[in-house]
Amino acid sequence: MLEIKELWFKHKGQKEDILKNVSFTTEKRRLTVILGPNGSGKSTLFKCITGIWKPYKGSILADGKEINKLSHLERAKIFAVVPQEHEPAFPYSVFDIVLIGRAPYVGLFSSPNSKDYKKAEQALQILGIYHLRDKPYNKISGGEKQLVLLARALAQEAPFMLLDEPTSNLDFKNQIKVLSKIKKLAYEKGLTALVTLHDPNLASLFADKIILIKNGKIVAEGKPEKILNEKLIEKIYGVKVRIVQNNGFRLIFPILETSCINKPLEAQK
Amino acid sequence: MKNLKAIFLIFSPLVIGWIALFLGAYKVNPLMVLKIILNEVFHVFNLRDSAEKAIIIDIRLPRVLLAGIVGASLSGSGVVLQGIFRNPLVDPFILGISAGAAFGCAITVGFFPHWSIQLNAFIFALLAVALTYFIARTQGEISRLPLILSGVIVSAFFQALVSIVKFLVDPHKLQAIVFWLMGSFSLADWQTLKIAGLGALIGLLPVYFMRWRLNVLSLSEEEAKSLGVNVKRERLILIVFSTLAVATATSVCGIIGWIGLMVPHLVRMTIGPDHKVLFPLSLTAGAAFMILADTISRTITNFDIPVGIITALTGAPFFLYLLKKGGKEAWGK
Ligand SMILES: Nc1ncnc2c1ncn2[C@@H]1O[C@H](COP(=O)(O)OP(=O)(O)OP(=O)(O)O)[C@@H](O)[C@H]1O
Ligand SMILES: [Mg+2]
Repeated sequence: MLEIKELWFKHKGQKEDILKNVSFTTEKRRLTVILGPNGSGKSTLFKCITGIWKPYKGSILADGKEINKLSHLERAKIFAVVPQEHEPAFPYSVFDIVLIGRAPYVGLFSSPNSKDYKKAEQALQILGIYHLRDKPYNKISGGEKQLVLLARALAQEAPFMLLDEPTSNLDFKNQIKVLSKIKKLAYEKGLTALVTLHDPNLASLFADKIILIKNGKIVAEGKPEKILNEKLIEKIYGVKVRIVQNNGFRLIFPILETSCINKPLEAQK
Repeated sequence: MKNLKAIFLIFSPLVIGWIALFLGAYKVNPLMVLKIILNEVFHVFNLRDSAEKAIIIDIRLPRVLLAGIVGASLSGSGVVLQGIFRNPLVDPFILGISAGAAFGCAITVGFFPHWSIQLNAFIFALLAVALTYFIARTQGEISRLPLILSGVIVSAFFQALVSIVKFLVDPHKLQAIVFWLMGSFSLADWQTLKIAGLGALIGLLPVYFMRWRLNVLSLSEEEAKSLGVNVKRERLILIVFSTLAVATATSVCGIIGWIGLMVPHLVRMTIGPDHKVLFPLSLTAGAAFMILADTISRTITNFDIPVGIITALTGAPFFLYLLKKGGKEAWGK
């Protein structure tokens, strides 16, 4: 379980707080989604958790343990970060990239051992991308890259997985595929997954819990069907929406000012 | 296929070294070369002393070995620098490390003859790389073009300092200093070989054991941190040790550019970018390449052309080729 308690953060030399009294918890085996407009502080929150931004006020507890004082090495054994953009300077193979996930367990003056190789291979198999093993990472598709990075995070064997906008470069199918994988991994491997998304529909489809954030403040938190209502979404994004329900699925779509849906604009006159 | 290429790269210095031993103004039979060397190591053939033996053992062998060690040191540190700076266009020469080391050597010979040349070379090489690093590191991560530019600036600065030393120094010592600017193995003997070997060993051995880390360090700084790497500390360790190897190499043979840029590329193209394999194979390929360049430099004309000229003649076009090939990417972040 990850507990964030009364977290305040601002950048050095700046007046305004970016995170203001943020508190929430996430649970094991569950996928928690942070939803919020651009600049609301989602990435900043992640960077506080992973120790890139320090110091902050408040506390972050991973399974009850305060992580403030941990070194990067100790953190890497607790949190696996899946970066959004990732362009290695050299054309490593997919397997090389996944093996890098073992870095926290490999000594400074040594190389991965047979156990590390096995873990990396297993991670590829679990994500169903073993056939990509020897392909150069820079020559596979965006969706495949995201799966490779997930495999790397899995090889890292950290109980918490942090993913900042894992779907932003993906097509429709891959968005669904990647989020399904994340949700399944969390459940089957007993991980705690924390994901930021921009699409309220994807969030409502996949999240076990949603945390709505705006201007560094938490606006609401809870199960998607409980908190995602028309009013709240308008409050957060400033867009009027309508929510329709069908077979237990909820679809959120915007009400456009000009009713130009499905029609060319000149037809309105 | 990859394995075959790797084996080829591993044994290339032996084959090219052997060829280098029988080529030269004084022709020696290739088999005789083997016989002389086996005799020297195992004392099997009871060969009598001869001109051939003297040429091979006292002149050519130390020169070939020295070229090999220097080639390995330069391309090994090229791999390190390219890896930690995530920049395929750098090497110890471009980043000004060689020039810093040459200045350390020049002032030692010129003004402080009782000091250790290698120590001064090391100190000024470190100073040079630190300058390059901090000039390039304006904000957060170091991007490619600023790094190369600051390397060029630092290199020019130290070469200018060497010129001042040349100007001030007593003419007898001038020749030795000129030597450091040209890059040549013509003064190789067993003594310089020992120094170079020791420097390469101390400098490259820790890097050898850390070679897989280069895969992690070649990611963005933030990403490497999230994988538990103490980026600053590990970069520092790698820079200090590889600079030691470069400084010793420069102290025995002067500034030899480009090889640290070319060899890692050629090896990467052959067996891929995984540093676990790339680093050791760049050592052997670098040795082979340098022996080859030196052999060309001493056999192509009747003079002993400084080998630095040969490497520059191949290196500069190679750099252009990389730029063209990499296009925008090569200049980008
Ligand atoms: N290095 C920095 N220094 C100062 N301010 C920063 C820095 N990085 C981000 N900010 C500010 O912090 C605020 C939150 O940014 P953050 O990147 O956390 O938002 P986000 O929710 O991840 O947005 P997006 O959805 O666009 O990724 C923004 O107002 C941004 O301008
Ligand atoms: Mg963000």
